[in-house]
Amino acid sequence: MTEIAEHPARRPGAATDEAIRVETLHKSFGALEVLKGVSLTAHKGDVVAIIGGSGSGKSTCLRCINFLETPTSGRIVIAGEEVALRPDGTPASRRQIERLRSRLGMVFQAFNLWTHRTLLENVIEVPVHVLGVPRAEAVDRARGLLARVGLSEKADTYPAFLSGGQQQRAAIARALAIEPSAMLFDEPTSALDPELVGEVLGVIRDLASEGRTMILVTHEMKFAREVADHVIYLHNGLIEEEGPPEALFGAPRSDRLRQFLKSVG
Amino acid sequence: MPALAFALDLATSLDLLAYSPPGWGANLLRGLANSLKIAFGAFGLGLLIGIAGAYGKLYGGPVLRDLLAVYTTVVRAVPELVLILILYFAVTDAVNQLLVALGQPRIQLSGLVAGIAVLGVVQGAYATEVLRGAIQAVPPGQIEAARAYGMPPVMLARRVTLPAMLPFAIPGLANLWLIATKDTALLAIVGFGELTQETRQAAGTTKAYFTFYLAAGALYLMVTLISGTLFRRLEGWARRGQPSLRGTAS
Ligand SMILES: Nc1ncnc2c1ncn2[C@@H]1O[C@H](COP(=O)(O)OP(=O)(O)OP(=O)(O)O)[C@@H](O)[C@H]1O
Ligand SMILES: [Mg+2]
Repeated sequence: MTEIAEHPARRPGAATDEAIRVETLHKSFGALEVLKGVSLTAHKGDVVAIIGGSGSGKSTCLRCINFLETPTSGRIVIAGEEVALRPDGTPASRRQIERLRSRLGMVFQAFNLWTHRTLLENVIEVPVHVLGVPRAEAVDRARGLLARVGLSEKADTYPAFLSGGQQQRAAIARALAIEPSAMLFDEPTSALDPELVGEVLGVIRDLASEGRTMILVTHEMKFAREVADHVIYLHNGLIEEEGPPEALFGAPRSDRLRQFLKSVG
Repeated sequence: MPALAFALDLATSLDLLAYSPPGWGANLLRGLANSLKIAFGAFGLGLLIGIAGAYGKLYGGPVLRDLLAVYTTVVRAVPELVLILILYFAVTDAVNQLLVALGQPRIQLSGLVAGIAVLGVVQGAYATEVLRGAIQAVPPGQIEAARAYGMPPVMLARRVTLPAMLPFAIPGLANLWLIATKDTALLAIVGFGELTQETRQAAGTTKAYFTFYLAAGALYLMVTLISGTLFRRLEGWARRGQPSLRGTAS
């Protein structure tokens, strides 16, 4: 859909190659301030990895980008289109949020496939019902995507009958089916048995190398170093350090990051 | 000669149950049809109320939630027979007062409509609780995924939440359906010609109480057995995505 790019609410001066831009994002849950002013930009084709300790706000930050959580304050610009907010910080237009979301492919730690639908049905669900793609066309594309993640044989199987790695690969196919302008991964391999991690990382590596824009929250440091263009280390709701992976992993400047990297091996 | 007496008895019983007069079979079947109509209507109305009620309780504001709590508590606390009397007479009365105030002639509320309305309201209270529990049993991640992909609320309910909660709701809904079929008998009290009322009439006229009540019992049992089969199939379909608890054998 080109309407995202053509939307009038484009920020003056925003570079057109920005896929996602987050400015001074704050988020509190009651009295608990989880994000204390996080800013990040993902240019088209960039892989931005977010690392950090448990509870540092990585998931919250990712979820704010597609408004699964409502930011307390801050601005979010997706493909040049700024999300309109009311003075109280809630989105002004549900439809705008839905339209933006339908172009952000989110992949969850717990897969979150729809268990009453087969893999094929999971993959065509959003294209057919949200984006209005003709069913036959969606099915063709879905078969191609399932083949790409190595699940052709399982198209008519229900998710509960598959391994975690297979489910996550199907969830990635579901995200690809919407032809996402950017993909959001929240610890996609954390719920997997160690021997299944590789197959999922393999798929993500492929996607990174074909120039997909993605924001990737991960605990897999080696992987982040390998695929990311830009790494953000989040600590206590603030960006403690960021930069290219060689710098962050090779020559961390802050003590906290050094300690963190040591603790995760 | 008990055997002979029994045979004679059976013969007269069968005569009494014959479809056309002097048999009363047609009356019983008409009663059964009426009972099923009310049960269907009430169950359907109850489902609609239940879906709305469950969503209201889960996502509504405080006032709506309080109102729904009053509704489910009161309806489930008061005996259905009393509710039927209250609602039937009170509702008829209210409708007529309204009509009179508008200068329209009074009406007699049809037993069918009143029965469906009254039992539907009762069913709705139980269905609200059954469906609320079932919706809460849906893994939140599945609903979140639908939101994350831009599904608007109504589509999300129709495509994700409701089908996903079905496996958890069906056992409770099957119970509600059986209760609906049997609660239709309560409408005999307001003189509606459902199965129990027709049976009473036939039995009273012929004095063959045992024959007719046994026949009515058999008809109710038949309805239950057929419903059981249908609900088992429905449950199997609704659970298609879930591995059997017995393992992969079945
Ligand atoms: N819905 C919520 N309500 C209240 N507190 C929340 C909620 N979601 C997250 N939090 C809190 O916000 C903080 C940050 O959570 P978040 O999930 O973003 O951390 P994370 O960096 O993703 O951690 P992990 O690596 O364990 O996934 C935590 O202290 C968490 O308890
Ligand atoms: Mg997290």
